Amino acid sequence: MRRRLWLFAVAMLGASLLSLMSGAYWFGPLTIWQALWSPSPTDVADLLIRTTRLPRTLVAMVVGASLAVAGCMIQTLTRNPLASPGLLGINAGALLVIVSLVSVWTVMSPWAWYAGALLGATLAAGIVWWVAMRGRSLSGPLHLVLAGAALTALCNAFSQALLVIDQQGLDTVLFWLAGSVAGRPLATIWPLISLALIAMLCVWPLARSMNVLAAGEAVAKGVGLRVYRLQAMMVILIVLLAGTSVAMAGNIAFVGLIVPHIAKGWLPVDHRAWIPGCALLGATLLLLADVVGRVVILPGEVPVGVMTALIGAPVFVALIRRQGVRHA
Amino acid sequence: MPEHWVIRLPGFSRIVTPEPWRRVGAILLLSLVVLGVSLAVGRVPLSLSQLGVALTTPTSENGLIVIQLRLPRALLGALVGGALGMSGWLFQQVMRNPLASPDIVGVTSGASAAAVGYFSLLATNWGMAWLPLAAILGALSTAFAIYLLAWQRGVAPLRLVLIGIGVSALLGAVTTFILVASPLTTTLSAYVWLTGSVYAANWSEVTALAGWCALLGAALIPLMRLTLLAPLDDALATGIGVRVQWTRALLLVVASMLAGVAVAWGGAFAFVGLVAPHMARMISRTTGTAQAVMAVLFGACMVMLADLLGRTLFLPLDLPAGIFVAAIGAPFFLTLLIRQRR
Repeated sequence: MRRRLWLFAVAMLGASLLSLMSGAYWFGPLTIWQALWSPSPTDVADLLIRTTRLPRTLVAMVVGASLAVAGCMIQTLTRNPLASPGLLGINAGALLVIVSLVSVWTVMSPWAWYAGALLGATLAAGIVWWVAMRGRSLSGPLHLVLAGAALTALCNAFSQALLVIDQQGLDTVLFWLAGSVAGRPLATIWPLISLALIAMLCVWPLARSMNVLAAGEAVAKGVGLRVYRLQAMMVILIVLLAGTSVAMAGNIAFVGLIVPHIAKGWLPVDHRAWIPGCALLGATLLLLADVVGRVVILPGEVPVGVMTALIGAPVFVALIRRQGVRHA
Repeated sequence: MPEHWVIRLPGFSRIVTPEPWRRVGAILLLSLVVLGVSLAVGRVPLSLSQLGVALTTPTSENGLIVIQLRLPRALLGALVGGALGMSGWLFQQVMRNPLASPDIVGVTSGASAAAVGYFSLLATNWGMAWLPLAAILGALSTAFAIYLLAWQRGVAPLRLVLIGIGVSALLGAVTTFILVASPLTTTLSAYVWLTGSVYAANWSEVTALAGWCALLGAALIPLMRLTLLAPLDDALATGIGVRVQWTRALLLVVASMLAGVAVAWGGAFAFVGLVAPHMARMISRTTGTAQAVMAVLFGACMVMLADLLGRTLFLPLDLPAGIFVAAIGAPFFLTLLIRQRR
């Protein structure tokens, strides 16, 4: 297990190096080393690497890791292998708040957007959680899915309404709809990055309890786990992780759904291995998706959210076919 | 009132329970009221007597407004909603899943991707006349692809839904990419289309869609018996003599066609296909033709009402009906969930 995790870490470092190197201009590893450790303020390459490539790489890494960890947790929480963070209505809620900020109050400050996105994500997840928890247990994951789908549709309808009325707003938030890690200067993004990292650290001590919870709610209660408290903490962490991701990078599909499955295929059945594994693999996947999206139609760029969907959907379909669902 | 009516013809006999049909009558009445109101209300409000005069004198000023502007719009909305309601009911019946509906299973996303692609690549040269065809083809080929992907010695309903969700996400990404990559004017009109709208409907559109709906409706009449058997377990259905896979494929084709034509003329309405069958199920617990008809009527009501709200609520603006469909449908769905839990 240790060796596999080290392998994942090496893969992630390789992917991040690739992400620093590639783009409209290619840089060698040596240039990057120089730009990172002994930058010269007049060198264009150094400037490019430090102001655009580095933030982009960091954002992709943190977002990929957060989404994957959030996905792993929500799959344990709902005992549904096809759950993903977007299920709690997080993306749609964040988007609705951002759209209303842009088109109703014409707020253009990124700080307000990030805060709003986090707020929207929390509110949406809260409502979905409340609707699904009316029976005091999560025994019916279908209810969570249904409530999430309904709230997502509702929020999207309001966002659409606002965007149809205020057509300038559509141009501003289109990248949010598509999902993108580009154009986030470190000066404005650092609180979100640190929040996500703190949340990820908080997940770690819960990993052992999650193993118990995975055995079933009744069993977990029987062996003395405070199930309700653990579930609430997990939801808060999921909202923090997925919410900061949406605030930073918009709608990014499938990372939270697929990475846990890939990681679980390679690691022993233990959340203490899954959580770091998911984080490393998620970061690697998003970095690679971003690199491919950057170079594939070169003067232009494919948004990373589109890339992950293009990669993720076939994996998802293959996953379902392999699982062999027979009866409804 | 007798409890059953028995229809006997040579080679055909049928028991009809009048009870659900009375409720169908009530909902039909409701739809007619909604239709009447949407004819009367608008920028030029008409009283009941004025409406009657307008309907009988097509050349007067009010007659033009009602017959050339409001009536086709309301009818197109009703047809789109009805087709989506029926399609959703069929999907839920065949897939045995309360979440199945054309927009979640991916048929609508296929139509959307095709239509948005047409908007941004071909519309400048070919005009808008071929848009419905593109949408129908998109819907059908997506349904076909989902069916093929879900095939493993037969098609299991749950696998069909899940693969549909995956394909839907893929096509959604394609649509988003086209939106991002095309110029802003195209993006805007495509975005309105994606919301779903019956803005500026005319009679030729209404007749075209009505023709399709009549055709598909006629095809459904002999299939109705099979739809009622579709929710049965595969083994049980086979036991009583249903050709399970064959029936499933046939019903899916009809359901996808219905969603395809609705979306082709109305745009990518979300939520009608999901919610209208649930409303029908709330009114009539027994699965039957009456329930299907209710789903059609509720779908029609929803879109007509949504369009009415969209064009009157914020009056100088004429908002796409799709917005209000979700605004009506989603709260209904959430309350349904909350009430079920108790």
